[in-house]
Amino acid sequence: MIFHKHQDTVNDILSRYPVKRSAMLPLLNLAQKEEGYVSQAAIREIAGILDLTPPQVFETATFYTMLNLKPIGKFHVQVCRSLMCALVGADPLIDWLRKHLGIGLGQTTGDKLFTLSAVECLGSCGTGPMMQINDDYYERLTEAKVGQILKDLRETGDCSLKSGPFMVPERGEGVASS
Amino acid sequence: MKTFEKILLTNMERSGYTGSLADYEGAGGYKALKDVLGKVPPNELIEMVKKSGLRGRGGAGFPTGVKWGFIPKDHPGPRYLCCNADESEPGTFKDRQLMERDPHQVLEGIAISCYAIGAQTAYIYIRGEFRLAAKILERAIADAYRAGHLGSDVYGSGITVNVSVHAGAGAYICGEETALLESLEGKRGKPRTKPPFPATHGLYQKPTVVNNVETLANVPHIVNRGAEWFSSIGVPPKSTGTRVFCLSGHVKRPGNYELPVNATFRDLIFELGGGMRSDKPLKAFIPGGASAPFLTPDHVDVQMDFESVAMAGSMSGSGGITVMEEGTSMVWAALRLMEFFYHESCGKCTPCREGSSWIVQILQRILNKQGRPEDLRTLTEICENIGGRTVCAFGDAEIAPVQSTLKYWRNEYEALIEEAEALKGSRKEIPVLSVAQV
Repeated sequence: MIFHKHQDTVNDILSRYPVKRSAMLPLLNLAQKEEGYVSQAAIREIAGILDLTPPQVFETATFYTMLNLKPIGKFHVQVCRSLMCALVGADPLIDWLRKHLGIGLGQTTGDKLFTLSAVECLGSCGTGPMMQINDDYYERLTEAKVGQILKDLRETGDCSLKSGPFMVPERGEGVASS
Repeated sequence: MKTFEKILLTNMERSGYTGSLADYEGAGGYKALKDVLGKVPPNELIEMVKKSGLRGRGGAGFPTGVKWGFIPKDHPGPRYLCCNADESEPGTFKDRQLMERDPHQVLEGIAISCYAIGAQTAYIYIRGEFRLAAKILERAIADAYRAGHLGSDVYGSGITVNVSVHAGAGAYICGEETALLESLEGKRGKPRTKPPFPATHGLYQKPTVVNNVETLANVPHIVNRGAEWFSSIGVPPKSTGTRVFCLSGHVKRPGNYELPVNATFRDLIFELGGGMRSDKPLKAFIPGGASAPFLTPDHVDVQMDFESVAMAGSMSGSGGITVMEEGTSMVWAALRLMEFFYHESCGKCTPCREGSSWIVQILQRILNKQGRPEDLRTLTEICENIGGRTVCAFGDAEIAPVQSTLKYWRNEYEALIEEAEALKGSRKEIPVLSVAQV
């Protein structure tokens, strides 16, 4: 029972919508947060909560690329490969990550720590190349910076290089506009 | 560049401004909401926004007041407002900054807009990847409820405004307004056929307005300072106000820059953006997100307002400007964007679903020097069979990179195909689709 201990959260989510089915994505996102992926059990449970059949939940879930329908590593490294990031060096970075982690795209390291994906635009085009790892954005990446991020995550499970509230250019950065 | 006053970024560029409720109130925030709620009739508000000339900042540029005016007055309700925060157009990253650095500016805009259209409920549909923005918004919403700016009977006016954040889960198409509604209803995010339009049959088949984050953030300022003030900026009456333009690519200082809508690409790229990052000259730029046709250095003095960019053969779309330097392969650039569109096509309409896949295959073939002389004609034909033949504007968007690069840099395609012809016979492998991502 994935949602059992989150009963308050589930009720809060359901209370926001006049139609139950609207809680679909919030519940799928919650399930993924809890288990790291959307399991068959979670799909059955969500179907029960929303008065739907499991296939209805499953067919919806397959539409959304963020939802992992299979278990993945503890850290999901998603590097943006779209044009804006590619112009400023996303491709060499992806190659470097592949070599450094010793895995291909869509694969997980043997220790189950890292899964590597190349994804489409994450809405961070002015600060590329960039990647998202689990909930956090990491921007203006260099090989050295990525190496540090992976090291920190491996050792402490967290990394201080993640982005805070976004503003580019930052106050006092570059020239003041006229 | 003439001096002007920023509207949306003024607060956040002030030193020490955190975007907290106290900071926002200290900067005069929520005054507009207090001034209008229960005091100015909703009709007058709609008229004010119409007069201001404010147009949608998400991409389509539809006049906001007119959109609001489509909500049937006699409908018993409920009605809904959806704030489109599914910022996914490649090249665009302004809404993220507006939400993370000044969330209450967006919330006040939402509350006023709810009142104007008679909606008691607003959903902020935010792309799933924006976890931090969602967290910041949720905190801001909780603070606004506590301070009485949201909730039931706001300021004793008897007006109810409820706002909640709804996170998506990775789908570009959910930024299309009817796909957004489908997704919000808990379904696959496939666009609906129109008509009926969301104004009459939107969320749960009820009257609904869907507005972009930046559009809504402008509303409190229009209320505070009047429609005439807003429409005096830019090129009245059609394109007014400022826009937060997003600059990316081969420039020295990429980032978000707020400018009057009629500033030129030169102002943005060469003045604020500091020009090209290296000695290589400008080769091409995309003027309004990935869906906008490419433009050339000949167009840098074009103004960035909707009409001027359209006259130049493209669109100012979402305001995302991506700059490419000399040496960038235009076939490669078109392919990279096409791979995005191929990945993001929702699959509802055959021309878009199949066409995007065919275009990707042909472009890969050409780039890998295995192109065929007839490929350019095939590309043109496929594009013609996608444009205007799909339920939503995605079809028109996905052909933009191909058509525009074929128009301006056809020689690059031809050179690659000539190389392929010269290599013919010297190799035996069969061209295979290799999608570079998993």
